[in-house]
Amino acid sequence: MTPDLMEDGARIREARAAKAAPSGQTESGGRTAGFSRIATPGEVDVTHGRILYLEDVCVSFDGFKAINNLSLDIAPGELRCIIGPNGAGKTTMMDIITGKTRPDSGTVFFGSTIDLLRHNEPQIAQLGIGRKFQKPTVFERLSVFENLELALKTHKGVAASMLFRMDSAQSDRVAELLHTIHLTDSVRREAGNLSHGQKQWLEIGMLLMQDPKLLLLDEPVAGMTDEETARTAELFLTLKGKHSLMVVEHDMSFIRTISEIVTVLCDGAVLAQGTLDQVQADERVIEVYLGR
Amino acid sequence: MTNILLPTPAPLLGRKAWSLFLLALITVGVLAPVFNLLVPAGSAFHLSDYGVALVGKIMCFAICALAMDLIWGYTGILSLGHGLFFALGGYVMGMYLMRQIGRDGNYKSDLPDFMVFLDWKTLPWHWTFSDSFIATLILIIAVPGLVAFVFGYFAFRSRIKGVYFSIITQAMTFAAMLLFFRNETGFGGNNGFTDFKRILDIPIATPSMRMTLFVLTSLTLLGFFLLARWLVGSKFGRVLQAIRDAETRVMFSGYSPLPYKLTIWTISAIMCGIAGALYVPQVGIINPGEMSAANSIEIAIWAAVGGRATLIGPIVGAFIVNGAKSWLTVTAPEFWLYFLGALFIGVTLFLPNGVVGLVKKLKGEAQ
Repeated sequence: MTPDLMEDGARIREARAAKAAPSGQTESGGRTAGFSRIATPGEVDVTHGRILYLEDVCVSFDGFKAINNLSLDIAPGELRCIIGPNGAGKTTMMDIITGKTRPDSGTVFFGSTIDLLRHNEPQIAQLGIGRKFQKPTVFERLSVFENLELALKTHKGVAASMLFRMDSAQSDRVAELLHTIHLTDSVRREAGNLSHGQKQWLEIGMLLMQDPKLLLLDEPVAGMTDEETARTAELFLTLKGKHSLMVVEHDMSFIRTISEIVTVLCDGAVLAQGTLDQVQADERVIEVYLGR
Repeated sequence: MTNILLPTPAPLLGRKAWSLFLLALITVGVLAPVFNLLVPAGSAFHLSDYGVALVGKIMCFAICALAMDLIWGYTGILSLGHGLFFALGGYVMGMYLMRQIGRDGNYKSDLPDFMVFLDWKTLPWHWTFSDSFIATLILIIAVPGLVAFVFGYFAFRSRIKGVYFSIITQAMTFAAMLLFFRNETGFGGNNGFTDFKRILDIPIATPSMRMTLFVLTSLTLLGFFLLARWLVGSKFGRVLQAIRDAETRVMFSGYSPLPYKLTIWTISAIMCGIAGALYVPQVGIINPGEMSAANSIEIAIWAAVGGRATLIGPIVGAFIVNGAKSWLTVTAPEFWLYFLGALFIGVTLFLPNGVVGLVKKLKGEAQ
């Protein structure tokens, strides 16, 4: 059977299924049945309950194994915290997921169908993975408003940008987001003049403008005041469920506030996984990370 | 939730800027021709032919400086090879002007003089369309545009950045200069093209033709200024500035920088090519010296002196530097290069935002 024929058949079956009232007979464990569904390009397929899979990923830089057989997966809507000593490979892992670094071996999938290793950075961003860097990276010479405007989810080609005009739905969204990140009073300010914590917030805001399905956040509360940290925790807890989040942090009290499951990375592989109390009680974790 | 007043898109030009723009349009389109052609030579209001030629030439340079501002000031890509695009546009125009000489050359031949001198019997292939003015106009845009597009595609795709890109562009224009110096290339070797007689069968050395070229150049400059304003005022322009400030963030925001860089790079090169094509009939000569490394660097100096990422700054810079050049090379020719060097060092050290930046600062302090 050729792929064309299979696809045609699948279409017919889907049309028939759409006509018939959903009886629940074809459902398996809350998911659509796994036979012959058409993979829509760009759509993240989470029917198997996982939005991100990393399997046996290895990267080495000049012989140093930064990532060593790393396997990790994240469920849709989950808020996963990643901790680990310096050099454990946390940032490298994010580089791999976002297409900045190419692994030597292993597989990285977004949903069940999208192979992230076949996409470059802008494509991965368009697919719905947003990333915040360790050092806040905003467009310093543009205003807060313009920063958010550029991050807005829309066509990102040259011609589309030349003719772009913000419609009212989009400006509502920008206004709403400005409120969320507490920068309503700084709309016209140059991003370079913001405080460190405000830049962190702006960068998080830019991620949210893209409406990503998965957010990778590298030390999001570094350099924030206690109050700002608390507000960030609050924000992340509201995002949980709607988005999947992967947070790398060193601030243990922050992690305690937000975490369900914590993954400990060490020497480029997963050392332990569980609730914060569980991993903190783990002998190996205490040895490599918390120190004695 | 409180209502926030979001900034609205800025107009192309403000009210004051529009009136200045109109003033400039009237000056070059009406006043200059009147004062040059109608007011008699003895009068105090007479604009000399020398003045027309000088300003016309500087306006060509100002177009280059404007093009440089788009790619360097706004996108952060320093090109030290824009002289090549200028020369390519100039050479395309030069080829047409050589064919317009017809049989009036020294050798009374259909072929341009230098080909007769080299004992060539037929025109080389790349001169095929040089007798058509329409084809020339198309090639003035197509040749620099295509060269820039191909070069830019490979350079930007390989993610060549910063000083490495600058060095490669410098090498590109130098290589082209060596190529054009060779007689076999078919562009007149080190003498280039000169002794032009006519354009569109109209004698080229008359005051009215000189004035026509002057007005055409100034309209092109003003038109390109508006185009540049529109480009940098659109979201496209803000993406360019974002690429300049944080290219990785641009990529992780879902933009592919390659088409953006390639578009502005090619537009910038085409602007330079058109400037070159307007320059050649006004000065009456084009030779490979236009592709020399120093010429390309000078374009960057004009932009830096006037003030990067301001659009008006580089135009002002081109006028300041070239005005000083034409004055100093007459009064104290041996000091010109020292002056240029000192100017560049002075601007880099004390005026990071150029003359326009200085004016803005003084205005801000006065208020």
